[in-house]
Amino acid sequence: MSWTRPVLPWTFGLAGVCLVVGLIWGFFFTPDDFRQGSTVKIIYLHVPAALMAINAWIMMLVASLIWVVRRHHVSALAARAAAPVGVVMTLIALWTGAVWGQPMWGTWWAWDPRLTSFLILFLFYLGYIALWEAIEDPDTAADLTAILCIVGSIFAILARYAVFFWNQGLHQGASLSLDAEKNVADVFYYPLLVCIAGFVLLFVALVLMRTRTEIRARRIKALQARGQHA
Amino acid sequence: MIALLKRDLRLALRAGGGFGLGLAFFLIVVVLVPFGVGPEREVLRPIAPGILWIGALLAALLSLDRIFALDFEDGSLALLATSPLPLEAAALVKATAHWITTGLPLTLAAPLFGFLLLMQPEAYGYLLASLLIGTPALSMIGTFGAALTVGLRRGGLLLSLLVLPLYVPTLIFGAEAVRRGAAGLDASGALILQGGITAGCFAILPFATAAVLRINLR
Amino acid sequence: MLHVVGLGCARGGAAVLSNVSFDLAAGQALVLRGPNGIGKTTLLRTLAGLQPPITGDVVMPEEAAAYASHADGIKTALTVTENLAFWAEVYGMPLDLAVLDSFDLAALRNRQGGTLSAGQKRRLGLARLAVIGRKILFLDEPTVSLDTGSVMMFARWLQGDHLAQGGIAVIATHIDLGLDAPVLDLTPFKSAPGTGGGTDEAFL
Repeated sequence: MSWTRPVLPWTFGLAGVCLVVGLIWGFFFTPDDFRQGSTVKIIYLHVPAALMAINAWIMMLVASLIWVVRRHHVSALAARAAAPVGVVMTLIALWTGAVWGQPMWGTWWAWDPRLTSFLILFLFYLGYIALWEAIEDPDTAADLTAILCIVGSIFAILARYAVFFWNQGLHQGASLSLDAEKNVADVFYYPLLVCIAGFVLLFVALVLMRTRTEIRARRIKALQARGQHA
Repeated sequence: MIALLKRDLRLALRAGGGFGLGLAFFLIVVVLVPFGVGPEREVLRPIAPGILWIGALLAALLSLDRIFALDFEDGSLALLATSPLPLEAAALVKATAHWITTGLPLTLAAPLFGFLLLMQPEAYGYLLASLLIGTPALSMIGTFGAALTVGLRRGGLLLSLLVLPLYVPTLIFGAEAVRRGAAGLDASGALILQGGITAGCFAILPFATAAVLRINLR
Repeated sequence: MLHVVGLGCARGGAAVLSNVSFDLAAGQALVLRGPNGIGKTTLLRTLAGLQPPITGDVVMPEEAAAYASHADGIKTALTVTENLAFWAEVYGMPLDLAVLDSFDLAALRNRQGGTLSAGQKRRLGLARLAVIGRKILFLDEPTVSLDTGSVMMFARWLQGDHLAQGGIAVIATHIDLGLDAPVLDLTPFKSAPGTGGGTDEAFL
């Protein structure tokens, strides 16, 4: 807990700088795409948000595994703290996707496999958060949500492949991949990387802050319990 | 294990409703759909497989919260947990009993309801096969969800919220198999994938369910 | 046969009992006493393995223990005999219908569980202990809602059948069962505030 206090403002600051630089660079200092025109620039919100929506769930999965195996209390609280951030990222990705889809595909929503996968991911987040909220005992809640997260991850992957099986879709391929040839052009690529860094830092900062809050809440509860005991 | 299965089936029979309610609900869904979308053959026929699958899924969902709730309230779940029967086996038995009392009757009734929705004649075999393969997974996933919410006083709505996203793959492959069958395409791929999901559910979820029950009984 | 060494247990994230130790040989019983909230139920649940101890050990033979909670676990839609037969089968024991007489249930044998009174349900719950053939019993307030005659009947079974055949019982109760058994007052084992092990304490 102690090391996070000095780190936190720096993370927020750096996230802000990256986002401001990345978004301004992306919006004003990149050329329009020859096919998509200026609408392509929503990529600077859409792709980082979509990445973080998935990464937040992966982080929750790792934190849940740590909690189940090592019973490290902070990891359970970190998983809890990450979920609402992940939900917002998922909503941003869905929303910007709709805004981008309207001029490109002529529709706000299509049952495209990628969009559908994100909608399903959104439902998984909702269930996870609802379970946390429903259980009073914090350790029971941590245990149950951790197991839900692990089982849910398996089903989320299954659902993703099932959705691809079900509908082939309109969505363009991944904007980023390790296979460099398929990537977007460099002019778009570097500001996108800065934006992604900004989203990652913002996510880290928010999760740290929320985890600190959760730890404090538990500490208060423990102190109250001790007060009643004495 | 047999003792618990016999007991659960007997309880479902005695308490009534176990078989009947789910089927009645399924029937009502099927009857309501034409009121919503219109009675024309060309509207109903293409959506029949999906409606039947969703109806079966919702009907199975209805009775999930009773899988563990009664045993939890009257204390027999805690007694079972301290008995020589492992909780993993109890979870498996509970899912099986739920399937026999809801999934199996739904499967057998579904072709009948297919007539009401004017389903493509070629699709009946696929409907029966996909429900037979898919509904056990619905019961097993639902048992896991029921275990998660067993300690909660108002767990019913939460249970639906937790379980329905987990039903997505089963529903997709199930309805897809029937649709492909109706269109005269090869549906074996969807059926095989669905069978894989069901097998995977029965391999993994009894352990997850037992772990969840132990936590809830603590 | 039952060795409890330095046992500590927690309820709701806070330690309630620490360093509870006792030994019971075959044929012995132990009566737990203490004010409400001291942790009798928590201790029994920990002994029965429903919740993990925070410290210490419970040493006993495998597959020897059974637990009876406040609730009887009676299925309202099953008859008295069916309820007993189910538990006997789960524990792999033949059902000896003589227990119906020991617990004065013979006249009720075909009644459904839901039609029984609270005291009759309790007698059925206790009769379950007689059909599952377990040597070590953890009993939580077994005499709640029993009348004096039924309490005597239960004490007679416990002393004359269970303990006499080398059984063990740990009983949380407030009334005198007339057993020839030592009493363990849990008050001295109450956890001091701030004792480690409670999960909430991890945050202090």
